[in-house]
Amino acid sequence: MKDLRNRQLRVVNLGLEIFADELRDQNVPVTRVRWRPPAGGKPHLLEILEKLEELDK
Amino acid sequence: MPLARAVLPSFYQDSVKLMRLAREIGKKPGVSEVAALMGTPANHEILLQAGLAEESEVEAGPNDLVLAVEADSQALAFEAIEEAKTFLTQARAAGGGASDFSPSSLAGALAAAPESNLAMISIPGAYAAKEAMDALRGGLHVFLFSDNVAVDDEVALKREAIERGLLLMGPDCGTAYIAGAGLGFTNVVKPGRVGCIAASGTGLQAAASQLGALGEGISHGIGVGGRDLSAEVGGLMTLHALDFLSNDPDTEIVALISKPPDPEVLPEIEEALENFSKPHVVCFLGAENPDWAETLEDAGHAVAATLRGESYEPDNFFAQAGLKEKIASLKPGGAPGGGGVLGLFSGGTLAHESRLIMEGLLGAVSWNEDAGRHRILDLGDDRYTVGKPHPMIDPESRAEMVSRALMDEGVGVVLFDLILGRGSSQDPAGPLARAIKEARGKDRRPLFVASVVGTADDPQGLDAQVGILEDAGVVVLPSSAQAARFAAALVKQELIENA
Repeated sequence: MKDLRNRQLRVVNLGLEIFADELRDQNVPVTRVRWRPPAGGKPHLLEILEKLEELDK
Repeated sequence: MPLARAVLPSFYQDSVKLMRLAREIGKKPGVSEVAALMGTPANHEILLQAGLAEESEVEAGPNDLVLAVEADSQALAFEAIEEAKTFLTQARAAGGGASDFSPSSLAGALAAAPESNLAMISIPGAYAAKEAMDALRGGLHVFLFSDNVAVDDEVALKREAIERGLLLMGPDCGTAYIAGAGLGFTNVVKPGRVGCIAASGTGLQAAASQLGALGEGISHGIGVGGRDLSAEVGGLMTLHALDFLSNDPDTEIVALISKPPDPEVLPEIEEALENFSKPHVVCFLGAENPDWAETLEDAGHAVAATLRGESYEPDNFFAQAGLKEKIASLKPGGAPGGGGVLGLFSGGTLAHESRLIMEGLLGAVSWNEDAGRHRILDLGDDRYTVGKPHPMIDPESRAEMVSRALMDEGVGVVLFDLILGRGSSQDPAGPLARAIKEARGKDRRPLFVASVVGTADDPQGLDAQVGILEDAGVVVLPSSAQAARFAAALVKQELIENA
């Protein structure tokens, strides 16, 4: 299993801030993402964005 | 009643923070209802049903924060709204310092910290699968706390994870221990030699805490999500986790804790266990197999005994010395109240286990608040948490239910759990103890029986929380299984007489 045995746990947190705080209390490095609903949370815009992303791949 | 509302455009905040804010503002004298929610369609529905919005007011979107306050006077309602706004803008300003750089996307986070190896995702379910897939493709293990993730997405994510040699824990994963760190709602236990695979958060918390009390520690505790052993998901992550733990040099023994697998999935799990290279203990709650542990507590004891090179046989709870006298001392004059047991649980697995145990002893036990002599309610279930914090985070709503139970003639015994640890309320016992003490001196009061999941090193302190409950007259048992049996014995004395 990748990385879990010999390397320190390093976490990216998307969402609840309490989870990031708890990890910091345990001395686990955390990068917090300032996550917001994409496309302003508007479903039709999100759909267009996702299609554009797929075209990109 | 006078109502004031405000919309803060483009002001996304996580739900736990908003619920704490609502609770704080709600404590102001004269304020009767407070809502602080992002403007999603589901939240609009909650506001409408609570009478805090009107049909025509759907201007706010999922990125906009809606505040609504109902108070004794219009002035007070406006004042409370202003207070909430000030609190939110100050908190945002305080969190935006240059020293605390935080990128706005997963890709940005990986660019800033390329050595990252795990993503914790707790954003709304509608967006979670995409971010989780991106994290896996970026080479990260994923702890997926979000619920409302479609089962097709779950299968796709788990297949992707397995292909990449990664763990996908969840969806709806509340608890995990990875490489010595607790993720989500965890109790403080030492790293050790026991690997756990669990479908649910509170099942893993109960197992880890008990193993800690028995002097053992956790190598990894992998949450696989409540649907993993369903026919649709086919045990993908359970099998993958078994594989992971079989190759993990720190893991000497494995405990597998879940509801029983779907009959379609069971043969594959059994085969994997048969070929598993290390000792293991299985606890599929509700499954009938003499080789498997019947309760979470039995599973913990079986693990500890196996590590000592011994076998474990559970004692007959009802035959233990002193139990008859203890029960008699608690119920002078026969059955308490109307003789029914009401379970008010914050842990879903503990509620499930308690219900199974009580059904075996007392007959039918209902999940429904309004029907049946014996009832077990899972207050963490969606039907009780819409627009409200989970009872593990905020014990107040459960304290209100305790107060209501005191008026219910049908309730002879109130059975409940308390879950300590990181993420849980700082004082879950306090509000419950206050509600229970209010009943002192009244004509009739039910008996209170509880169990506490926690360790001495948890922020709340196991002994301190048990002390608060005992001081309020609650009988605290060492496990949820024992608490359920004790509650059953209080309403059915034959259980002891026939033991």
